[in-house]
Amino acid sequence: MPFLVRRLAFYLVAAWVALTANFFIPRAMPGNAVQSIMDKFPNLQPSAYAALEAMLGVGHPGSLWHQYTSYLYDVAHFNFGTDVTNYPASVSTLLGATIPWTLTLVGTATVIAFLLGTGLGIMAGWRHGGWLDRSLPGLMFLQAIPYFFFALVLLDIFGVKLHWFPLAQGYNSEIYVQGWNWGFIGSAIQHSLLPAVTIVLTSVAGWMLQMRNVMITTIGEDYVVAAQAKGLTSRRVIFTYAARNALLPQLQGFGLALGFVVSGALVMEIVFSYPGIGLLLLNAVTSNDYPLMQAIFLCITFAVLIANMIVDLVIVLADPRVRARGTGR
Amino acid sequence: MRILGNIWRELPLKAKVGVVLFGLFILAAIIGPEVAPYAPGYSNPSISLSLQPPSSQYLLGTTQSGQDVLSQLLVGIRLTLELALLVGVIATALSVIVGVTSAFLGGVWDEILSLLTNVFLVIPALPLLILLLGYLPNRGQLPTIIVLAGLGWQWGARVIRAQTLTIRNRDFIAASRETGEKTWRIIFFEIMPNEVSLIAASFVNTVLYAIAASVALAFIGLADLNSWSLGTMLYWAQSAQALELGAWWWFLPPGIAVALIGTALVLLNTGFDELGSPRLRASRGSARVAGKKVWATDPTPVLAMLVGSPGRVTGFLHSFSRSSLLDNTPAGGELR
Repeated sequence: MPFLVRRLAFYLVAAWVALTANFFIPRAMPGNAVQSIMDKFPNLQPSAYAALEAMLGVGHPGSLWHQYTSYLYDVAHFNFGTDVTNYPASVSTLLGATIPWTLTLVGTATVIAFLLGTGLGIMAGWRHGGWLDRSLPGLMFLQAIPYFFFALVLLDIFGVKLHWFPLAQGYNSEIYVQGWNWGFIGSAIQHSLLPAVTIVLTSVAGWMLQMRNVMITTIGEDYVVAAQAKGLTSRRVIFTYAARNALLPQLQGFGLALGFVVSGALVMEIVFSYPGIGLLLLNAVTSNDYPLMQAIFLCITFAVLIANMIVDLVIVLADPRVRARGTGR
Repeated sequence: MRILGNIWRELPLKAKVGVVLFGLFILAAIIGPEVAPYAPGYSNPSISLSLQPPSSQYLLGTTQSGQDVLSQLLVGIRLTLELALLVGVIATALSVIVGVTSAFLGGVWDEILSLLTNVFLVIPALPLLILLLGYLPNRGQLPTIIVLAGLGWQWGARVIRAQTLTIRNRDFIAASRETGEKTWRIIFFEIMPNEVSLIAASFVNTVLYAIAASVALAFIGLADLNSWSLGTMLYWAQSAQALELGAWWWFLPPGIAVALIGTALVLLNTGFDELGSPRLRASRGSARVAGKKVWATDPTPVLAMLVGSPGRVTGFLHSFSRSSLLDNTPAGGELR
């Protein structure tokens, strides 16, 4: 599959760019983790500087090339050094504890929003000018609200005022123990409902608008008119003829918009004090925890790259034109 | 003026609403700080003025330290819009440069620039922004603008490259090349005028991105916290737990302002889209043909299905209606 090979090569380049940027940013920027600790604890002797560097693994021994290769080696072994604020926990332990929360919540909510938005977009595009289509400007307002602000408002109404949902945390840690037991799972689901609803409501309009626009252009194509002229049922014309072809740009858009959705969801987690990677990132930012910030950046970037690769795979499976384009020429 | 009037009349309703709404905010940004009743940072020493709900003296209430929310909002709108518009200008200029160069030079340059664009497209911007701003000791307006613009050009560059590729193969470009026009002249006077609408659209999108990103960054504290922008207002409201204190007048106004600016920009863009391709317009979707609701996307009406068998009187009356011109039903309503 030449298409897939080309895409794979592209993602490798993208991953390399992210890794290299992550390597050079700390060296090009004035801030620095060790200095921030020194500033925080003024009673530390200047001689502690080298010791701190060694402890955090941020010292720069050897040539730039040597640093670079040992950095790549460390990343390949998920060794991101020791954490500054949660010493002596290693950064990878912290990541391991938070990633499952984010992946479950943001992943599920994003897929639901995408499916729902695409379905609504198909309907709005088909019944062009119908009630669903006319409600779009209202949905655009929802989409324009910053995620975290919408989360604040929902939390105020349903958490503070109505007491329907818990205010913070990923589960009730006073009653339940984390693990595979029903009490914990139920509590976790209860805590994740409001954040999930926030993600779905704020991102659904974007998918819907995009799908609607592609649907409208697809419906004008000759093959759709031909299908109608043959007297096929509306459902068949909508789903097998129009929607299936309109789905390709939608899928490509899904890959590109994923970065936005994930970024928005990260900030949203902060509002709900959800124990995911977004909250970890906030803590890293407020405490100038540079190694943690860098590791989180790499993690999110790689997650988005992998998701994009999966989308590409789906596109190849769903669309014979892409396969043909790959082999021809 | 007449030209402007004509353009205004051509605009779809959505775009008109967007223009008016955005105009209001621009107005607020220009005169806001002058008409603000108090200095945004002035904290009233009197304890009784802390966390006051809206009143005639403080139209939007006060913060915990007795600052006037309305004054903060008016100053904040200017700072946020100033940042977003500057990011929009710089990033759009970058995307035009990259997009046009890439398409026009072709070959290796195109490969390299496209690869660069695609890599920037696929790497999530916000975490990288956080990383960059996190390392900056000075997170004032200018560094934020530079970082946001540096990571905001790729969407525009992609569409502009695609458009330039189709334009540069047209005959009039070949003609101007044959007549010996210089490359820069072809780019600026032959190609660019044909891309004005695309450049405008990508400008609006970039401004939208800049507002969303800058507000989110300020909300997590990555901004100059001594300045008043919509994002820092939200930051202070959140860190003082305005939500738990029930001070809705503190955190609702900046958020709603951001949402309204965003809505105005989205409306503007979809309005422009519809101007370009009228098919997207959500005008009267269904029409009544021969007394039955017909959607634009339905198969061409089959007469028997539509007319059914109307009674004699309805059929007779129908023959006078305009829609009867569409069918060949005899005046009596007899079919076949």
